[in-house]
Amino acid sequence: MNRPVRRQAAHIAALALLLAGAFGAFAGAGAAVEAAVDANGQLEDHALQARFERITLELRCLVCQNESIADSNADLAVDLRRQVREMLVAGNSDDAIFSFMTDRYGEFVRFRPPLEAKTLLIWGAPFFMLLLGGFIVFRVVRQRSRMPLDDGPAIGS
Amino acid sequence: MWKFLLPFTAFVGLVVLFAFGLNPSRDIHALPSPLIGKPAPAFTLTDVLDPTRSVSSGAYQGQVYVLNVWGTWCAACREEHEALLAIASQHVVPIVGLVWKDDRDRAVQWLRQLGNPYQAVALDGDGRTAIDWGVYGAPETYLVDGQGRVIYKFISPMTPEVWQREFLPRIAAARRSGA
Repeated sequence: MNRPVRRQAAHIAALALLLAGAFGAFAGAGAAVEAAVDANGQLEDHALQARFERITLELRCLVCQNESIADSNADLAVDLRRQVREMLVAGNSDDAIFSFMTDRYGEFVRFRPPLEAKTLLIWGAPFFMLLLGGFIVFRVVRQRSRMPLDDGPAIGS
Repeated sequence: MWKFLLPFTAFVGLVVLFAFGLNPSRDIHALPSPLIGKPAPAFTLTDVLDPTRSVSSGAYQGQVYVLNVWGTWCAACREEHEALLAIASQHVVPIVGLVWKDDRDRAVQWLRQLGNPYQAVALDGDGRTAIDWGVYGAPETYLVDGQGRVIYKFISPMTPEVWQREFLPRIAAARRSGA
């Protein structure tokens, strides 16, 4: 007699899987982008090169907005990569480089702005949406589970 | 009751959001500059018109001036050039040009052909000074007050209307508070 309920549960599980899949795809897309070619070649120090790659991937190219300065061949991105590289070689910390950039271009230049009062909304919104969605699903499921089960075949089936 | 109220509130919320977000008069690519209210970055660069001399931000200490970032590769800069010439002829404030990612010969030719609205033109061939000023597109026009602070940044080609509406009142206010 509880067949429709079980079917519902299966629907919800499928929906959850779909959502999880979509999230995964988004996360993967960011990493798949190939870095733009740098005329200067690689840094000799591997640790520095690794930091260079990570930092440039986290800085927004302001003229192409949806690319990082690591991905873009725009003039400004090339200049900013040179800047990052020089600062790394000069022994600056990652934080020093990020604050150099935000002092000049604002928080917008960072793809992952630090969590603080004014960025709470962008960091919190996805979790809020997830909670809201979960709440709506929960209500719908609970409401429907209270419906009588033996109301005969549905119209149109 | 809230079955009606909830979608309705959501709808009103969206309308308000779109009214602000999709407003065509708002330039979505214009970013607020973190430099506003901060000391203008110092520079000493080669003078485009006389390469034996240099143009230094220190020379404008104590006075209100405008820094206009341009390049001969920039089509929108050609567009605003006429407005800059008209503004310069009013002699309200000195306009300093910053030639961004360009070479001297091209810049000189541009100024000979189109006229020179600038009191001095500095050459930032490798774009380092532009990075200090947070330049990300040309043309950009900065207003610096008598205390050497950046008080306004305008991104887009300059027009007589923008000069009238955004720059003149700020220049007057800066002079009042500076005096």
